[in-house]
Amino acid sequence: MNAPADFEFEKGSLRFTGELTLVNIGDLPQRLAALGEAPRSIDLSAVDRIDTVGAWLVHRLIRDHGAELVGADDDVTHLVEQLEAADKPFKVRPDASPPFVRVLREIGDATSVTFHSFVGLVGFFGATLIGLWGLVSHPKRFRYNAVARQFEVVGVKALAIIGLMSFLIGIVIAQQGSVQLRQFGAEVFAVNLIGRITLRELGVLMTAIMVAGRSGSAFAAQLGSMKLAEEVDAMRTIGVSPMEALILPRVLATVVLMPLLGFYAAIIAIVGGGIFCWIDLDIPPITYIQRIREVVPLTDLWVGLVKAPIFGLLIAICGCYQGMQVEGNAEEVGLRTTASVVQAIFLVIVLDAVFAVFFSSIGWI
Amino acid sequence: MARLNTADSQTVIHVEGLRTSFGKQVIHEQLDLEVRRGEILGVVGGSGTGKSVLMRSIIGLKMPDAGVVEVFGEPMIGREEYEAKQVRKRWGVMFQGGALFSTLTVAENVQVPLREYYPQIDTELLDEIAAYKVAMSGLPADAGPKYPSELSGGMRKRAGLARALALDPQLLFLDEPTAGLDPIGAAAFDELILDLQKTLGLTVFLITHDLDTLYAICDRVAVLADQRVIAVGTIPELLALDHPWIQEYFNGPRGRAAADATQRAEVKETGE
Repeated sequence: MNAPADFEFEKGSLRFTGELTLVNIGDLPQRLAALGEAPRSIDLSAVDRIDTVGAWLVHRLIRDHGAELVGADDDVTHLVEQLEAADKPFKVRPDASPPFVRVLREIGDATSVTFHSFVGLVGFFGATLIGLWGLVSHPKRFRYNAVARQFEVVGVKALAIIGLMSFLIGIVIAQQGSVQLRQFGAEVFAVNLIGRITLRELGVLMTAIMVAGRSGSAFAAQLGSMKLAEEVDAMRTIGVSPMEALILPRVLATVVLMPLLGFYAAIIAIVGGGIFCWIDLDIPPITYIQRIREVVPLTDLWVGLVKAPIFGLLIAICGCYQGMQVEGNAEEVGLRTTASVVQAIFLVIVLDAVFAVFFSSIGWI
Repeated sequence: MARLNTADSQTVIHVEGLRTSFGKQVIHEQLDLEVRRGEILGVVGGSGTGKSVLMRSIIGLKMPDAGVVEVFGEPMIGREEYEAKQVRKRWGVMFQGGALFSTLTVAENVQVPLREYYPQIDTELLDEIAAYKVAMSGLPADAGPKYPSELSGGMRKRAGLARALALDPQLLFLDEPTAGLDPIGAAAFDELILDLQKTLGLTVFLITHDLDTLYAICDRVAVLADQRVIAVGTIPELLALDHPWIQEYFNGPRGRAAADATQRAEVKETGE
């Protein structure tokens, strides 16, 4: 039992012994290849067992050297014949193109994908506006329940995580700010830093990033899996518009909630910074709040609040657009979800830069 | 004299007193089953009777609560990982959707088990082995460098079969091999399994809903109901039993149609 595969070679006759199976094959293929002379006959009578790998080696010898098979019973002969039938020209790997061509092709692909997804995004934005117009002209079709549900998922359930994140960001700004400003003996100005940066920039920006990661990705994944399961098609056949039932509630909820969440984030960050100032800089809360009211101009609040709904719109559109683009297999859902988040965060930051320049140049400094 | 690489023991799978459950929901209770060497055993049962769970318990993907599972005479429950691996090498599993690795081509999928267990085999022979396995599974020669996402459902199943056969197993587990195939494709797949089983001397554990498959290729059929195997036997033996589910299953309109088709095929073959 379990004798390793071996062979004896004598006067052109190759006599296999042992078990000619994958488990016991060992270095037999290499030794067969090193055989000087071509065998004329192959004797299997001393072989214990044979499987397809053993039979393939036998078939290869027969094919390459025209050897004759002896000492095999019907079963084994049949197996060798089956392998002969399965011996067809075959490719294992796709044809590889030269690296230079591959790089060019990938750049081209990426460019075309970027262009198409941008055009698609603009088109989808247009479709959303048309859908919104339909809703305005037929207010009865407005789906209160769906919108309320999205309010809960996008807004209420995000309060805890956004609050925690903002609180910590407030502390970090206060701590880093006071360490740097202390060099000039100006650590009390950390208060200015906290108040202005959170209300003007970070509150809304960090919230947008969190909402993109939390809700934008969820939109893409939900709509994507609904598309895969043909739920969206079923909706259309029943006569329910996916735009009104799925996309508009999500877009509306995100647009309305982003300013609220952004404001909430800024306030919590100011609270976090205040607690740090109280503990580390000995600025009592009353003084802190007074200082905040003195140093933060109202325009900072407007700058933050104007940006928020636009960021919300971007995030919701990116998520829903990518979700509705899902086709084919489950892998696509993952890819589209990733794409929606990357796209949303990228566009949010680009737009934030545009806003920063714009507001500065109109004198809201 | 050389013989095919068949299992040594007469009983290839031995399950006794198996109990499996998900939380409070008991799937199997006191389940006994025996699969003999060289047979194709069909496993049938209504939806939710735990056919796939039984297979997963035997191949070690689901830990049973109690009972004995022996494959090739070796106990499989509570074995050291490395010992279990030695037994696992001797069987092949084809999952329902093929379960191909999506980042590898069909040929590379077939080579995965070979590379894992036999690193000494050189690339040339590996490629040849992958080539003939793919061809034996009835895939066209140009399927080798394709990725699973480029294949149809039927081709994916064939590729899954090719991978299950990669290590030249003595025992083959098939989970609904013909589900989702068109009747012509399903019949061709049945033919393929029967042909491979004869050529390679395999023992086959086959879960199916397909009555045509049962009539066409199964030597015996095990019926799963009431949390255990209520009967095992050839189809005529099962028909003689007086269990309502079995009667309804084989004597329902579909069961009768499949039986008639088998009869017609036999008449054609014998030329009567």
